[in-house]
Amino acid sequence: MTDLSEQPSDTDSAGMSTAPKDVDGPVGLGVVGWLRWAWRTLTSMRTALVLLFLLALASVPGSLLPQRGTDPIKVTQYLADDPTKGRIFDKLGLFDVFAAPWFAAIYLLLFVSLVGCVIPRAVTHWRVLRSRPPRAPRNLGRLPEHRVVDAPGDPAAVLEAARSHLRSRLWRVDVTSYDGSTGSLAAEKGYARETGNLLFHVALIGILAGVALGALTGFKGTVIVREGSSFADTRAQFDAFAPGRFHSDDALPPFSFTLDRFTAGYQRGGQQNGAAREFAADVTLVRSPGDAPERTTVEVNDPLEIDGVKVFLVGHGYAPTFTVKNAKGEVVFQDSVVFLPQDGYFTSTGVVKVPDTVPQLGLQGVFLPSAVVDDQGARSVFPAADDPAVFLTAWTGDLGLDSGRPQSVYTLETSAMKQVGVKGLRPGQSWALPDGTTVSLDGYVQWASFSVARDPGKELALVAGIVAMSGLALSLLVRRRRVWVRVSALDAGVTVVEVAGLARSEHATVADEVDALAAALGTVRTDRTTGSPPAPGAEATAAPRGAP
Amino acid sequence: MTVNETLAIYSNYLVYGAMAAFTVSMIAFAASFASLRATDVLPADTTEDGAAEGGGSVAVATKVATGGPVDGDTLPPGRRAGNIGMSTMWLGTILLGLGVLLRGLSVSRAPWGNMCEFAMTSAFVVAAVFLGLSVKRDLRWLGVFVSTSVLLVLGLAMTVFYTEAAQLVPALKSYWLFIHVSAAMICGAAFCIGATFTVLYLIADRAERRRDEGRTYWLDGFARRLPASSRLDTMAYRTNAFLFPLWTFAIIAGAVWAENAWGRYWGWDPKETWAFITWVAYAAYLHARATAGWKGRRSAYIALVAFGCFVFNFVGINILVSGLHSYGGV
Repeated sequence: MTDLSEQPSDTDSAGMSTAPKDVDGPVGLGVVGWLRWAWRTLTSMRTALVLLFLLALASVPGSLLPQRGTDPIKVTQYLADDPTKGRIFDKLGLFDVFAAPWFAAIYLLLFVSLVGCVIPRAVTHWRVLRSRPPRAPRNLGRLPEHRVVDAPGDPAAVLEAARSHLRSRLWRVDVTSYDGSTGSLAAEKGYARETGNLLFHVALIGILAGVALGALTGFKGTVIVREGSSFADTRAQFDAFAPGRFHSDDALPPFSFTLDRFTAGYQRGGQQNGAAREFAADVTLVRSPGDAPERTTVEVNDPLEIDGVKVFLVGHGYAPTFTVKNAKGEVVFQDSVVFLPQDGYFTSTGVVKVPDTVPQLGLQGVFLPSAVVDDQGARSVFPAADDPAVFLTAWTGDLGLDSGRPQSVYTLETSAMKQVGVKGLRPGQSWALPDGTTVSLDGYVQWASFSVARDPGKELALVAGIVAMSGLALSLLVRRRRVWVRVSALDAGVTVVEVAGLARSEHATVADEVDALAAALGTVRTDRTTGSPPAPGAEATAAPRGAP
Repeated sequence: MTVNETLAIYSNYLVYGAMAAFTVSMIAFAASFASLRATDVLPADTTEDGAAEGGGSVAVATKVATGGPVDGDTLPPGRRAGNIGMSTMWLGTILLGLGVLLRGLSVSRAPWGNMCEFAMTSAFVVAAVFLGLSVKRDLRWLGVFVSTSVLLVLGLAMTVFYTEAAQLVPALKSYWLFIHVSAAMICGAAFCIGATFTVLYLIADRAERRRDEGRTYWLDGFARRLPASSRLDTMAYRTNAFLFPLWTFAIIAGAVWAENAWGRYWGWDPKETWAFITWVAYAAYLHARATAGWKGRRSAYIALVAFGCFVFNFVGINILVSGLHSYGGV
């Protein structure tokens, strides 16, 4: 927490969030002294600066190394490719930077430092808001902006004119003295600068609270649904489910939906051949058991929303449909099997496990939506299913499903199996294995993956974000400045007016306002022989600022 | 929706035309800049900026290149070159604006779907902001830097980043494209302008120090053609102060969009991570300016590091790292 731009000469904010003078530590002050020193060091601007650097630096590996939170498969890959470095990185938490304790330590320290700075500053600002602008300095001529004009009328009237000029422009004005022939007023404007600054820093805490609330009480699950299949919002039906610490499954609204049809459109031809252009999942939704089913469409920028839970369309792929018959001609397997896309042309891999036959049968498959077979081998040349084909490797033996060890549905445990053949199939074709089993590719359906999430903290985070942004704009764009006016009677009906201004924030200027006020009150003195200047230094008259 | 190839081709012609105009502008501005001499110290500029800053003890902006009253008939060569630079800058900006417009019309959407289009529009914003600011004040000394960076960005857009006019991937089909990307683009333009001021400040400041110490400096001749370092510092600060809330807005708008498209408002995608790093770096810059011992050159270096983070986020992340923001050809 710092003041983003006040000048160091600013005495009002001295003693807060500036580097402590006793940086070397107190000598012989005991525990309390050391604690005080530690607190002052932690809440100093320099420490905040160092912590900001550390925060930026600490984020870098999170973008350059694969992260468990976003891409766990790549992390596994990295660990397999480079076990030595991978293990060290893993120990350091570099594959999960944003959940690592050292990352949390940096931002928590930063927030402690922020709180330690905000509180005393807020107290000071509160006092400043309730106090009067400081009285005019004795010698206004020393201020950076200074004009002297002659005004018609007596000092009281001129002082009142100055006051109403400033009041109508929303200055805080305090007429500090008037004794019949001389008087002065002090005015200040731009308190919103510090208000905005404080608001911004408090709102950052609000964002952190929103993020924490969402992470602790929300949940996120993903599920793959094939065309024609259904999903009911219960924990068991998710493929992956990540609840917050205080999530309760009662928070899952009891909706269900069926994926009727998935549509994908792709660009054909041109530089971006095969790039996705349209995804749409037509679903039949039942909001809660007993409700009438409603047909709706989930699209990428258009999620479903049911009782605070959002359903997002996040991915899609193909599920080829197989029928397996044993040697006696009995159907032992018939289903569409989800294959996972491996590249932009949707070359997809998957596994078919047929446990209800002896010996058990396993098929490793590659699905190519637009298959081309040439001297480079078989590959897909377009993501749409223009000419689908599946290439299968058949294994017989023990699938290992009874061993009790959990297995992935996407990999085949081949240690107790033997390979019996390799074959490419197009829809409608069949393949007879040596033992009389036949495998036929009936066709394919598409699948869509959905992310189902509830984040109760996101509204808080958004509101806090908007407040932070507004506070920031105030603190950077509002200028804090002071103006003083001193009047003294010269001759009958003529008053000498001194107007002086001081810009209190960096790069601010108060010259225009001083000029305007001086011009509104009187005219520049031209005849210097009459009367004496009201104060030394007044010879710097209302000449254009800056110019010598 | 299909792509109107004819409009897309005309758009390219217009951009090439704009590049030609910016090239002439750059040469003219360079000639104008070079013809300024250190003796061209002119009275303080007449705009409200710069003068009477801070303590008021320093009369800043004592020289402003190519400022001051000049008799119309006897234009010095540098002044004439500056005028040529200015008018070709206008021409190039108008051509570029039309090019961006046609690009958008050819695909019936905001032309901000990929790096090529983003860079094209950002270049237009930089040029337009420069022209807008120069209506009220004399910024011809800055022209050579603006036209050079605009030309550089356009050159990259039409070669390395070049992407044919095409429709968008589904994730980009949202009105948030207008909001988030336009804010990011204005920030990109302002980041670029702010960094230019910062570099010029560092040069002018070094030259002033060396001059005070009576030592030579190889960029002294160059620095004498620039405004005073304190003025450049002010301009850099103002640009960055304008930028920081806007960058915050761009991030918030991106988060709202991400929540709608991907199901979470913040997921530490590489692009998001570097937007955050850039934000923190600019925050560090603003804090440094208020920390004793970090004012001046040190905080200027931080500003440049922050700009480097932005550039890396735009170029490096799109090309080197794959993430959710990888789309649109490049």
